[in-house]
Amino acid sequence: MQPEYKLELVCPAGSLPALKAAVDNGADCVYMGFRDDTNARNFTGLNFDLTNARSGVEYAHARGAQVLLALNTYPHSQGWERWKRAIDNAADTGMDAIILADLGLMQYAMKTHPQLHLHLSVQGSASNYEAINFYHEHFGVRRAVLPRVLSFAQVEELAKGTKVELELFGFGGLCVMAEGRCALSSYVTGESPNNCGVCSPPKAVRWQQTAQGMESRLNGVLIDRYADNENAGYPTLCKGRFEVEGATYYAMEEPTSLNTLELLPELMRIKVRGLKIEGRQRSPAYVAQVTRVWRAAIDQCKRNPQSFAVSPAWSAELGKLAEGQQQTLGAYNRPWK
Amino acid sequence: MMKLAVGPILYYWPRDTVFEFYEQIAASCADIVYLGETVCSRRHLLRLPDWLELAGMLSARGKQVVLSTQALLESESDLKALRRIAGNGDFAVEANDMGAVNLLAGRVPFVAGPFLNIYNQQTLALMASLGAQRWVMPVEMARTALLNLQQTRPAGLETEVFAYGRLPLAFSSRCFTARFHNLPKDDCRFLCVDDPDGKTMRTREGKPFLVINGIQTQSALVHNLIGDLPSLAEAGVEVLRISPQSAHTAAVIQLFRDVLEQRVTAELALQQTQRMAPAECCNGYWHGGAGMEQHFSAAEACAAVA
Repeated sequence: MQPEYKLELVCPAGSLPALKAAVDNGADCVYMGFRDDTNARNFTGLNFDLTNARSGVEYAHARGAQVLLALNTYPHSQGWERWKRAIDNAADTGMDAIILADLGLMQYAMKTHPQLHLHLSVQGSASNYEAINFYHEHFGVRRAVLPRVLSFAQVEELAKGTKVELELFGFGGLCVMAEGRCALSSYVTGESPNNCGVCSPPKAVRWQQTAQGMESRLNGVLIDRYADNENAGYPTLCKGRFEVEGATYYAMEEPTSLNTLELLPELMRIKVRGLKIEGRQRSPAYVAQVTRVWRAAIDQCKRNPQSFAVSPAWSAELGKLAEGQQQTLGAYNRPWK
Repeated sequence: MMKLAVGPILYYWPRDTVFEFYEQIAASCADIVYLGETVCSRRHLLRLPDWLELAGMLSARGKQVVLSTQALLESESDLKALRRIAGNGDFAVEANDMGAVNLLAGRVPFVAGPFLNIYNQQTLALMASLGAQRWVMPVEMARTALLNLQQTRPAGLETEVFAYGRLPLAFSSRCFTARFHNLPKDDCRFLCVDDPDGKTMRTREGKPFLVINGIQTQSALVHNLIGDLPSLAEAGVEVLRISPQSAHTAAVIQLFRDVLEQRVTAELALQQTQRMAPAECCNGYWHGGAGMEQHFSAAEACAAVA
């Protein structure tokens, strides 16, 4: 008999309090990283040491939630042992799955810890079923997190070509570029998501009030300049204003967040298995609020997908939390492209 | 002696321009030529039969030809195009996505392209076991990281490094050229054909920063390792990739050859490439820094000592 279909809400945990907030507010899964460059949110003060990871797994499991380890950067040969140890530690602490992007690590995990479930990270850039099936055939990958590049129709088409479970980003920061295929950050700062687990790293950021306005720079490169009446945002380099042939505008993307709440019935119709909330760098209060809204929405949609409507209260709450207070359906909505 | 490869044309050039370009390449001292559209499936001025015609011509003129595949595959029609290339039967294929590797692994020898994220020995060995005969280092990898990787490189596997041209830094599903023109991607009117070296994006203080090339974002600066050939040779690199720019590509290839054969000094070659490049040069990635930096190359260091 087919197990009953369920859309799992996968929430970010940048710390033990955030993990508890996610679990307490209805996350089916939480994902976390260790406190080093083995994961793509390698920020000071964030993430888990081994003791906290154990406590987190215990807390989540006691309440019926799963724990996934994000191990989604690409180790260089010199760092290999650190990544390998992280896989061993994931197995040792009883995590339910690891989220990987690197082929070598997948091979190691499969051979050494066959009981560990493998998920393909969004950093693996698998935007088509041939790629996803490659990871499945060679490493037994069970779930793939899709890069934020496909329209909903393309996701639906892709789903028909693979048995691998699909997980989609539902809410939070919006990568404009195909994840795992972007070296913009290392071009400017030397550090990128692939090689260091960071994008536009804080240590390269400088703010300066000038006669022309507040300037934000990344390793000296002017990312944006704000008038007195504008809110200055973090200089993520693809979300700055640049000049192209005399026009100054957000040449790549506005500071905006992804929000796919209205797509929920469609996502459930095509049996997407994971709905991922971005934001391990966010506070426990943020995680609690976002998780609560999405839990309510998923539950309502499950009860009655035909009459599902986005509640104004949910929209208001998520709107307050969105980057630059703007939200978009991103690539899921074809005109965005 | 390191071999010289011409990378796939990353821009959308008119059909006649492409044919003229490869006529020049056929007459050049390049050893290897990568052909095909790797950036955008909407570009259609050349179809697979045209690329195969060019492949035949270049092959007859003594070039080793490799057909390159699209980096970002989003739809069934993208996969259909991929299958036709993978199954061409005559020419080697460069896989630029794991979907391509899936079609080629164990069937046809292939080149593991620069977008496959090969960063460590384990992944490299795995690629070789699947049938890769050559791999292209990710553009952001440093010399020191490559040295480590080369120590345990599988026998018979060649290493290629992106050595000249604007760096392909990122892919998006969004078309930034269409966005510039306030057009949706589905009605882009193929306006990227007007930008033979892409469209320069400057910071608000006028500094060239990046280049828009449809769904691809490139560096505005031109990555140039012509001053770093000794360290490339020392790292066991066999193939240097020169990425086509709209002007002087054949001359740049010749200069690389001249430096390799010690007819021209690295110092002079750096000055000359700087004059031919569409923008200032950089080499930061190779030296372990930010990609946009220009580090002292061996040639300049020697000159400074002298």
